[in-house]
Amino acid sequence: MTELPQSTQKKLGLVIDLDTCVGCHACVISCKGWNTENYGAPLSDQDAYGAAPSGTFLNRVHSYEVQPDTGPAQLVHFPKSCLHCEDAPCVTVCPTGASYKRVEDGIVLVNESDCIGCGLCAWACPYGARELDQAAGVMKKCTLCVDRIYNDNLPQEDHIPACVRTCPSGARHFGDLGDPESEVSQLVAQRGGVDLMPEMGTKPVNKYLPPRPKDQPPDLDVLAPFLAPIDQEPKGFLGWLDRTLDKI
Amino acid sequence: MHPAPSVIFFSVFSGLGFGLLFWLGLGWPSATGIVAFVFFAIAYVLAVGGLIASTFHLGQPKRALKAFSQWKTSWLSREAICAVAALFLMAIYGAGAVFYGQHWRVIGVLGALLSLGTVFTTSMIYAQLRTVPRWHMPLTPLNFLSLSVAGGALLAGQVTWALWLILIAGGVQLATWIIGDTRFAASGTTLATATQLGGIGQVRAFEPPHTGTNYLLREFVHVIGRRHATKLRVIALGLMVVVPVILLLVPFSHIAGGLALLAHVAGVFTARWLFFAQAEHVVGLYYGKR
Repeated sequence: MTELPQSTQKKLGLVIDLDTCVGCHACVISCKGWNTENYGAPLSDQDAYGAAPSGTFLNRVHSYEVQPDTGPAQLVHFPKSCLHCEDAPCVTVCPTGASYKRVEDGIVLVNESDCIGCGLCAWACPYGARELDQAAGVMKKCTLCVDRIYNDNLPQEDHIPACVRTCPSGARHFGDLGDPESEVSQLVAQRGGVDLMPEMGTKPVNKYLPPRPKDQPPDLDVLAPFLAPIDQEPKGFLGWLDRTLDKI
Repeated sequence: MHPAPSVIFFSVFSGLGFGLLFWLGLGWPSATGIVAFVFFAIAYVLAVGGLIASTFHLGQPKRALKAFSQWKTSWLSREAICAVAALFLMAIYGAGAVFYGQHWRVIGVLGALLSLGTVFTTSMIYAQLRTVPRWHMPLTPLNFLSLSVAGGALLAGQVTWALWLILIAGGVQLATWIIGDTRFAASGTTLATATQLGGIGQVRAFEPPHTGTNYLLREFVHVIGRRHATKLRVIALGLMVVVPVILLLVPFSHIAGGLALLAHVAGVFTARWLFFAQAEHVVGLYYGKR
């Protein structure tokens, strides 16, 4: 049923650290790898080796340039997947009940056997988290690797989403954001984690940790202008060449 | 937004069809027999044809029946239910008019209201979306409803009503465009709020996630339509309002009436194409596009 639950027992989600993400796209690849081989329809590609390749991805990494008022520009890598919103607009618009938010952990899922592929949920999502698979004709989205996190066939360390498991820089964290004592909630509190597009009223569960302030360049010595230049005038043959070419 | 032909055909034709059913249900014209049959046939071809066209953009049309289940939250589901209820009641009313020469008033009025309800639910599918600020306003349902009732009046041969309603629909359309133009800025959503990086400085999309395109860009970022938006608006308004009004003001003939209808429908098509092509989804911001 596409009515949203009043509250969920847990709020499982991701915390993404924009300070440590190096933009390697490993999470994109591991996500596609896991989710194309496991739960639901595979994530298809069209014209994969041709002139105009295109495919379904549940996680994509953008890169933004941020120019402060003073100082050099910063490059921020920005992984983006479903934020498993508390007030998920994608769920309520679904005409068939295929989209739902789980009461037990707050994960937003699509029941693919009920999806008619109308695309309205993708229209309702401000984050571009849902993509209609062009081969299967059904809506695909991040499942928070629901088939990993509760999977007793996997060793304990793999009971986290594939993207989190694979991230080499520790920029992705998984946990219960509804529990203020959880590690992820503590991290969000310490680092001032934020919601994307809060004005949309979606109340995302996933949080983003903003980049830490950059170091300022060290103050130069006040005597610096009076120091002898290190870059000296060339001598010998090069000096002659330099002077001669200047005259021409 | 991508102007999908199936959705444009659906919304224009079903809007006209249900608009005609609205007038027929009210008993204007109160035709019977073969004349009533022709009126109802036109209305059903338009309304049902539109509904069938709308299934062409589905990824899994074979499961379309499931769309009737979520009326509690989904405007799309409400639309499906409203449409079937309207078509069912109007079929009974139509049978009365065609075969028994009777106008069962209560059924007709109920069917007329449900026909309007169908157009309203269609428009709310778009108006509910905060992600497309241009659509997210009360003028969107007003725009759809006024065009449907005006087009229906034209089809139903209610010349005086059609004249005034087309003028009103034109006014609503102008307001929809002018106010719609300010909606994205008014929504307050920018790349800075999308990324929450605005506190550091000016944010610019540096590199997209992939070198190629994807579903999101194909579906939500459509730039071509906006380039000629002003010209297309003039054309749309001319065909939709000016030409039919002039043709309706001259002494009535069926040829003038037919031409007025053709011009009006062509104008509504142009306006509906712009409705999609000009609408900007906030997800485009993440790609540095609108």
